[in-house]
Amino acid sequence: MAVEIDISHVARLARLELSDRQMDTYGRQCQELLEHVARIQAVDTEGVEPTSHPFPTTNRFREDRVTSETVLGHEEVLAQAPDTEGPFFRVPPAIEEA
Amino acid sequence: MAFTTIAGAARALRTGRVTSVGLADQVLARTSMVEAQLHAYLTLDSDGLMEAAARADEELAAGKDRGPLHGIPIAVKDNMTTRHMETTAGSRILSGYVPPYDATAVRRLRDAGALIAGKTNLDEFAMGSSTENSAFGPTRNPWNTDRVPGGSSGGSVAAVAAGMALGGLGSDTGGSIRQPASLCGVVGAKPTYGAVSRYGLIAFASSLDQIGPIAHRVEDAALLLDAICGHDPLDATSYPGEIEPSGSWLDRGLDGIRVGVARRLGGADAVEPDVEAAFDRALAAMEGAGAVTLEVDLPSTEQGLSAYYLIAPAECSANLARFDGVRYGLRVDGVTTEQMMSRSRADGFGAEVTRRVLLGTFALSAGYHEAFYGQAQKVRTLIREDFARAYTQCDVLVSPTSATTAFPLGDRTDDPLSMYVSDVFTIPSNLAGHPAISVPVALDRHDLPIGFQVMAPALEEAVMFQVAAAVESLTGFDTTVPFDPAYGLRGGVR
Repeated sequence: MAVEIDISHVARLARLELSDRQMDTYGRQCQELLEHVARIQAVDTEGVEPTSHPFPTTNRFREDRVTSETVLGHEEVLAQAPDTEGPFFRVPPAIEEA
Repeated sequence: MAFTTIAGAARALRTGRVTSVGLADQVLARTSMVEAQLHAYLTLDSDGLMEAAARADEELAAGKDRGPLHGIPIAVKDNMTTRHMETTAGSRILSGYVPPYDATAVRRLRDAGALIAGKTNLDEFAMGSSTENSAFGPTRNPWNTDRVPGGSSGGSVAAVAAGMALGGLGSDTGGSIRQPASLCGVVGAKPTYGAVSRYGLIAFASSLDQIGPIAHRVEDAALLLDAICGHDPLDATSYPGEIEPSGSWLDRGLDGIRVGVARRLGGADAVEPDVEAAFDRALAAMEGAGAVTLEVDLPSTEQGLSAYYLIAPAECSANLARFDGVRYGLRVDGVTTEQMMSRSRADGFGAEVTRRVLLGTFALSAGYHEAFYGQAQKVRTLIREDFARAYTQCDVLVSPTSATTAFPLGDRTDDPLSMYVSDVFTIPSNLAGHPAISVPVALDRHDLPIGFQVMAPALEEAVMFQVAAAVESLTGFDTTVPFDPAYGLRGGVR
């Protein structure tokens, strides 16, 4: 299947605000790479199961316990955040005003 | 000559010929001599190293011996979290990030008495084969500073090769330990997927990433690996069973070992003549020592590179979604949350990371998922079946580690595909989840190291290290040449 990458759509999905020039460069490079890796489509994989993981694994469950080893306090969690307010991460408005 | 091997330093520590403080001094003195030319470290923790060394000496004097890594300075790739020590993954988006926890591999090193000398340079988020993609500038090859050290674990490998640590940890997603080890003339191993916990390893491609050891000697690499491997409940993909210690059979030799020769692994062509010749000499030496060799073909691995460059970017695009300017790292302001995120990511990621996030996002997007990502996963199955067939005839597989020796800085940066081809011999083991190790065997005509790769079935680290140790002793490669004051560091940067 021949494909053209719609780079501005993909950049939006990836949450990357690119300039027009970057869009051109990355679009061209991704298109070239894609054409190379698209060779894989010629391989006969009829009846072949996909490998998502090197070893067959199923979900592993563990008890949901609070331990000092795996759970951090508020202060440590927020210490690296660019912006906070009280015990919260702070971000610009997520929903535009009507 | 200073101490270069972990096993040698460990013996000397116990006979009182050296102290841990002495080893730390040696490493820091060496670093102050060569670091300005090599740029192996992103963070060098001199004070922490000296304090930990003093504590290690006190413990040993008091009869508390934590084992072979006790008091040994180790360099850790900067994509593994270290509690209260900056961890950047070589990215601007994580510049200044100080993790509140240790990666499991780091914690196990500390528990084994090892000293963390610092955090080493890498291609941003481990994406690259030359360490030129670091946001903080490239690392150079200790054998020739005009050349790249390989990547992405170029910092750890250069640090070990140049004596700035006695051992190192790297991570290997498509060859990121073995290829730089090959280019810098040291030993580097990627364990079986799941053998070492990925908890605290900043994720690139979760089904491929694996932490592994870097050292001057095969024995040392085994000591490091045995200290960090084993089940970890904090990583759901960690292997839950017992694993034979990798250093169990180091002195068993090659008698009767069946060696499959995979010289065209991954569809490799354009192998440099010096690399091919060194590979053949090592094979002949193995036969002389009792190994039985047979040429094997793994035709599906020809699609390995293509499968890898769909699977790895796809997983990377999902993993790197966490870098959004909210909880940690760089934030660039915007009017809406989405704009803030999109600006932070565009500003924080370098070109190679951006390219892979875009390619991966595309490969997973509606309408293309099955044709690209789905097909790559099926090809991955075919590659695993190729390996399984080969291992019915042989105990290990061997190949060159890299088709070329170290290339000049800037040589492959303008053409992503030429850089990707650097990993053609190493990618198949990641796709299969199998262990593989690179051992230096010779120098090429430019005095640049050549690596020899030994691969084994899943969880067969012990036989892989056995064969690697035999190759090491048969070829007698001197990994310490860059230490020779008369040799110095060669190349254009002084």
